[in-house]
Amino acid sequence: MAERARACAACHGAEGRAAADGYYPRLAGKPAGYLYHQLRNFAEGRRHYTLMTGLLDNLSDDYLHALANYFSSLDLPYAAPPAAKADARVLARGEELVRRGDKALELPACERCHGKSLTGVAPDIPGLLGLPADYINAQLGGWRTGQRSTPQPDCMARIARHLQLSDISAVARWLASQPVPDARTRALSQATAVDQKISNMQSLKEYRCASAP
Amino acid sequence: MQAHPDRPARLRFGVLAALLTVLLSISLLAALAAVALNVFAPPAAIFSDNFADEPSPDPDQQNSQKANDTTKNIANTATDGASNLEALRARGAYLARIGNCAYCHTARGGLPFAGGRPIDTPFGVVYSTNLTPDRERGLGAWTRADFWRALHYGVSRDGHLLNPAFPYTSTTVITRDDSDALLSYLESIPAAATLNQPSQLRWPYNSQWALYAWRALYFKPHAAASAPQPVDRQKPQERGAYLVQGVTHCLECHAPRNAMGARLDDPLQGGTLGGAQGGILGGAGGSNWYAPALGREDEASVTRWSRDDVVQFLTTGVAPVGYASGPMGEVVRHATQYLTPEDAGAIASYLQAPPWSNPSAGTPVDSAPRQPESAQFQTDPVAQALYETHCSDCHGDRGQGKSDAYPALAGNRHVTQTRTSNLIHQVLEGGFAPATAGNPRPYGMPPFMLQLSDNQIAAILTYIRQQWGNHAAPVSAFDVQQQRPLQSP
Repeated sequence: MAERARACAACHGAEGRAAADGYYPRLAGKPAGYLYHQLRNFAEGRRHYTLMTGLLDNLSDDYLHALANYFSSLDLPYAAPPAAKADARVLARGEELVRRGDKALELPACERCHGKSLTGVAPDIPGLLGLPADYINAQLGGWRTGQRSTPQPDCMARIARHLQLSDISAVARWLASQPVPDARTRALSQATAVDQKISNMQSLKEYRCASAP
Repeated sequence: MQAHPDRPARLRFGVLAALLTVLLSISLLAALAAVALNVFAPPAAIFSDNFADEPSPDPDQQNSQKANDTTKNIANTATDGASNLEALRARGAYLARIGNCAYCHTARGGLPFAGGRPIDTPFGVVYSTNLTPDRERGLGAWTRADFWRALHYGVSRDGHLLNPAFPYTSTTVITRDDSDALLSYLESIPAAATLNQPSQLRWPYNSQWALYAWRALYFKPHAAASAPQPVDRQKPQERGAYLVQGVTHCLECHAPRNAMGARLDDPLQGGTLGGAQGGILGGAGGSNWYAPALGREDEASVTRWSRDDVVQFLTTGVAPVGYASGPMGEVVRHATQYLTPEDAGAIASYLQAPPWSNPSAGTPVDSAPRQPESAQFQTDPVAQALYETHCSDCHGDRGQGKSDAYPALAGNRHVTQTRTSNLIHQVLEGGFAPATAGNPRPYGMPPFMLQLSDNQIAAILTYIRQQWGNHAAPVSAFDVQQQRPLQSP
């Protein structure tokens, strides 16, 4: 598969370890279901990036699964996060939203679905760490405008529309400044996160997600 | 069926909007003259003249299609009628598949056959229509005669003339039996209440009069109303001609078009795809791929291929010389991979006979041993370094490729072809060979659009076109820039 995935490496870096320019996101080690759904979203016009769409147009569903599984199976070390480019007040607001959400804005905490360690929940929910702030900003912004979407119900679109622009920036900056726990810690938090996910989904019925049923 | 319909090249002009308008005015006058001379009759008259000689005249008054399906077999039992209907639908499903109807008639991420895909033409954007059995918004209320009229005459159920972005210049070749089979299949798929979108054509192309004029000049309903159904082992070319000219409508892309978008059917010229430069179909990203000429040895002729190689190319997307890329990759992925071996073989037989086999047309790139390239071309060391950095891992240090994974560049006519737009698109956008049953996990090429400048791409392409025995003209940075999409990806 490594040879077959070379076409991906030009932008996403060797073995999908993320690109040098800090925009093209890492693929290695992300949940397979999440990666597969993103491939489908690009192929079916719910995410928009011409080069991605063009590359996927001729591929079968089976092959998309295989590519997603391949990148998901790679366990590469993460680089240390860059120093946060924001003042403490902004970072505190970001952490507040990630850890506790904002009841007044009807925003659930990120960690309720993405896991306490924020490293995602297999097979469908992605981690939020190890991503450049620009990328997180662009994704949340895209969800607000409909540029990025999932099949309905699209929980993240709803969350993004409840977020203020300044809050998007605060969340992105705080997340981008956090180190990614090592593989063993990630695996442990996965196990507890799965139980947690089930109870979360029940308490967050209004935030049902087609991509993470 | 005549191998190649007599449609002499009429007009060839540059693609200038002003010129188009002038041409259209001429067309209108010509059409009026044609009407006066009774060469061209309005659609209603065409139908009353022609319906009489159809092989299976259809009772227009039928209330239900199912009733009609059984009238042919009135002596049979109800069970036989049902199984005949099954067989008809299965044939329709196959024809729809190999005709790639669903590709244009399905929006990206949309419901199958519900329409809505934008089709970019030089005259504006046309949206494909809903072919599902929804009674209000699809074909649910259409009779077999209505459907045949659309395929054969390019006229909709309500009598309006269809835009030839729907390739009725090809579907007119489809037999009445196959037309009935197609509709039977379309009646069996789930209905979708998707509303058809009005086209966004510029004036005057959005008027019915423009279509009257265009049809008077460029469209003649096909005369033969039947064709051999199974492949006649003695005459596979007939079945091949029927598929290429009709069902799989290959010439809609592989034939050149004049400034009015009419096909000229010159075996020695291919067609340009994409809205802006004269083709009829939007290529990937609104760009302009070139469908190479099927009658040229230096483009896409298959006369030197073995019949098995042609069959393999159509059904797996891979041939010894390389793989289907760009819009042809889509065609293989969605349509030709489903051809039966007999039908793929029939297409091969047809494309290996005149007028497609033409010894004087184009020089095969792999013929005689050549002089060392140094005798004619100087090797640019910068280009060579770029090639070694970005290309040689896969395509080899001598352009020899890697069998089964990456095509050779040496002696590859898609590298040396006069028209360089496909080569440039391949480098800018990358791409995978189509995933097919015979090649389920194809290898791919990364896009270099963001990594390499126009100058660098031009240098690399010039290099590969002049190395290892390849002798082709250089590629300029301007050539590359012309094919770059206007918007960032």
